[in-house]
Amino acid sequence: MMTKATANLLYSKEHEWVLQLDGNRVRIGISDFAQKQLGDIVFVETPEVDTEVTANDSMGTIESVKAVSELYSPVSGTVVTVNEELADAPETINEHPFEAGWLVEVEMSNPEELDALLNEDVYQAYINEGEE
Amino acid sequence: MGTATALKQTPLFETYGKYGAKVIDFGGWALPVQFSGILDEHEAVRTIAGLFDVSHMGEVLVEGKDAESYINYLVTNDVTKLSIDQAQYTAMCYPDGGTVDDLLVYKLADEKYLLVINAANIEKDFDWMKQQVKGNVELQNISNTVAQLAIQGPKAEGILQKLTDTDLSKIGSFKFAQHVNLDGITDVLVSRTGYTGEDGFELYLDAAQVEALWVKLLETGSDEGLKPCGLGARDTLRLEARLALYGQELLSDINPLEAGIGFAVKLKKESDFIGKSALSAQKEAGLKRKLVGIEVTGRGIPRHGYPVVSEGGEEIGVVTSGTQSPSLKKSIGLALLSAEHAEVGTPLKVVIRNKPVDAVVVKSPFYKKS
Repeated sequence: MMTKATANLLYSKEHEWVLQLDGNRVRIGISDFAQKQLGDIVFVETPEVDTEVTANDSMGTIESVKAVSELYSPVSGTVVTVNEELADAPETINEHPFEAGWLVEVEMSNPEELDALLNEDVYQAYINEGEE
Repeated sequence: MGTATALKQTPLFETYGKYGAKVIDFGGWALPVQFSGILDEHEAVRTIAGLFDVSHMGEVLVEGKDAESYINYLVTNDVTKLSIDQAQYTAMCYPDGGTVDDLLVYKLADEKYLLVINAANIEKDFDWMKQQVKGNVELQNISNTVAQLAIQGPKAEGILQKLTDTDLSKIGSFKFAQHVNLDGITDVLVSRTGYTGEDGFELYLDAAQVEALWVKLLETGSDEGLKPCGLGARDTLRLEARLALYGQELLSDINPLEAGIGFAVKLKKESDFIGKSALSAQKEAGLKRKLVGIEVTGRGIPRHGYPVVSEGGEEIGVVTSGTQSPSLKKSIGLALLSAEHAEVGTPLKVVIRNKPVDAVVVKSPFYKKS
């Protein structure tokens, strides 16, 4: 369902969303589909500011009550901001996956990587495919 | 869609979907990990009541003149102490003291007992039990015909009472009533037992009636807040209450004394039992390993299999179970540690994804009902 919040997002096959900010900066979170799959999120481990991340590599973990899931970076670059609210309120990701539940902001080293990501329609189709 | 080995199902499998169940593969069974959400269900059980389908558990009927002495030889607890309509928690051990399973023994009549065993161990346990038969004893594996529901929480009795004339307040802890009629559902065994640390009942009945009972209970209890609950909440509840899970705290190489269920091991009982000499020897020599409660005070959640090290970095044990406790809002776990590091207050570290995170040995159970 396209809403204002999600219309401009790109998605990875690992269910992260990417919002383009100014310049080469992007904000990253996980999709509504992902938070539903995980169930109640109780702990988040994101990389620290200034950490180098690489597209498709693990950059941290998101833990639900029952399981630990890898968090993959959809792009390469340097982490410039981390959502500090999540340390005390990881459930924000469940409640507001596209807004208050954002994870990190990254200064991309290779903006062409965005071309490999999916737009909303393609991502929706990708999810629906998996559910059949 | 087909799989080489289809998942086993309880009689309630078709019904789960109507209640929003998220079904997963639990040791070869298709069971709900959650309905409304693990935290929501956990909270419901602690404050109101929750309903669990535990029909996957195994049931073995033991009958005969020598039933009592046979079972007393098979298990670590003292079965001669049971009166009719009373149950006890116990372990069954190998000669070296390692655990075959943990189970409940129900005395139905002077020569008739019901043993309730873990789903994952049904075949193993039944084979083991058959091998140990001594004297006039008949065993029947009735797991496929018996269904089980658990209604747990402070309001469980009130809700269940609405379905029956049997005075539930007369059923004490680890006692039960047989042939109870629950609003037309007949021949139910109602025991005041459970795996959550709350008051509540386990209901054993014929598989053909379990769907009707599930629906009736949820209809009757929904106004007060009774919720269907899955395995996720079952695990967080039992862990807070420090109840052992076979496969994690108990194994063929973790004996019941090490696992902290020594209260169910009666080394002084008159009868011999399998594992008695090995366990007595261990007790005398002093246990080398002990299961303790831990709290992670740094950032992180301990999980099954994570190594535990001393402050100096020496490996001293392993986490057997761990989670973020919904009721206490802390990271807690159970760990099997070398005895020297098992005292409450001992500082240690849990290695979480290669990083040692501060933790400490704490008293357990972590939660006790008020």
